[in-house]
Amino acid sequence: MSRGDAGRMPIDKRVNSAAEALADVSDGATVLISGFGGAGFANVLIRALRDRGAKNLTLVVNSATHRYSLTHELIEAGLVRKIVCTAARGHNKEPSPFERLWVAGKIDLECVPQGTFAERIRAGGAGIPAFYTPVGFGTDLVRGKEVRCFDGREHVLEQAIKGDVALVRADTADRYGNLTFRYAQLNFGPVMAMAAKLAVAEVRTVLDAPIPYERVQLPGVFVDRVVVAGT
Amino acid sequence: MTVRPLNRLQTAWRAAQDIGDGMVVNLGLGMPVHVADYLRPEVDVFIQSENGVIGVGPLAPVDRIDTDLVDAGSRRITLRPGASIIDSSSSFAMIRGGHVDVTILGAFEVAANGDLANWDMRLANKGPLVGGAMDLAVGARAVWVIMEHMTRKGTPRLLETCTLPLTAVRCVKRIYTNLAVVDITHDGMVVREMLDAMTEAELRARTGAPLIFAPDCQPLVTPPIATAD
Repeated sequence: MSRGDAGRMPIDKRVNSAAEALADVSDGATVLISGFGGAGFANVLIRALRDRGAKNLTLVVNSATHRYSLTHELIEAGLVRKIVCTAARGHNKEPSPFERLWVAGKIDLECVPQGTFAERIRAGGAGIPAFYTPVGFGTDLVRGKEVRCFDGREHVLEQAIKGDVALVRADTADRYGNLTFRYAQLNFGPVMAMAAKLAVAEVRTVLDAPIPYERVQLPGVFVDRVVVAGT
Repeated sequence: MTVRPLNRLQTAWRAAQDIGDGMVVNLGLGMPVHVADYLRPEVDVFIQSENGVIGVGPLAPVDRIDTDLVDAGSRRITLRPGASIIDSSSSFAMIRGGHVDVTILGAFEVAANGDLANWDMRLANKGPLVGGAMDLAVGARAVWVIMEHMTRKGTPRLLETCTLPLTAVRCVKRIYTNLAVVDITHDGMVVREMLDAMTEAELRARTGAPLIFAPDCQPLVTPPIATAD
């Protein structure tokens, strides 16, 4: 359809199902998954990713497993090669599905301080390849990283994280992909959507009318596909 | 001589007395979250939680739980008047950028130079969990620690050098234990308050680093507070 076509259809990022939204996720993909503490887990998309069965995935997610998240299904299905996270500890005395595979040397782990985790992803979506941060200096988590002194204080060079796909949970969307979030659902959603080649949002509902500009928390420019997941 | 250490809530109460009006405060998981229950009545603060909540209110009553409204400890909370919510990268910009006046953290060990070890106990077969501890320890304008003075095995947690993996170097300003209030200074650990029933020798025997007793060292006194357990 040409731009000059007066009858053109406006942009529409809605897709019919989570399976359709993830149909082109391939083996070896880096998947950014939002969610923190029970808020904002994209569980409908996580399950669709498991059903899709793409292998050798790298997950970038705050918690490797969480009692309200379904990431353990990807791990148990043997689809995950590496996890980049801030928390890799299971809730129970028995090891979590992640801990079992990690102890057995079958899954790689990169544990990152949470603010550095968020900022590396933000940088990935903001065109910044690397940055210096004071966080982590003198600790095991930054061993081998470049250190430089600014204003008399040691800083560590951290590299941006980019994803092939981001799975984000939001509250409402419109056809343009604009999103609103409820309360602490927001967490990593915006930066993860910005840092991924393909940003998919699952939402409670898609509104018929455009979301008023002052209520948009993530512009649709950063969102490629929207799927209704319900509550 | 028997020493009756403070219980967890009394230690949190003592730390809460030092929170000033108008502060932005981040409270770590465990003992530190109880500080919010014992703020002085004339003090109004914003409690920042690193998942992006600015203005954490009391825990949600059972009939008002909302699973999207949680703090960094996954606790279902409410918001106080004037609260706002930002995304995680903005929240850590707030922390790293020096906009949080004080963070109160739990700890396994603190060294005489202020080094903090509070994230990795080297548990066999358990994955690491760092969360926001390193960012808070580096970024907050002041880092206070609430901890038991000794381990359950009876070994000191206040040391010349930490033995566990560090969270951050030279970051702790003040330590509240169940026995004493200790400041980290250029000269080392300075005892500001100590349980009345203790002697200096008894506190030294429970501490793994040299202690300086402040000339105006006060008795550590709290009201009786019953713990649930």
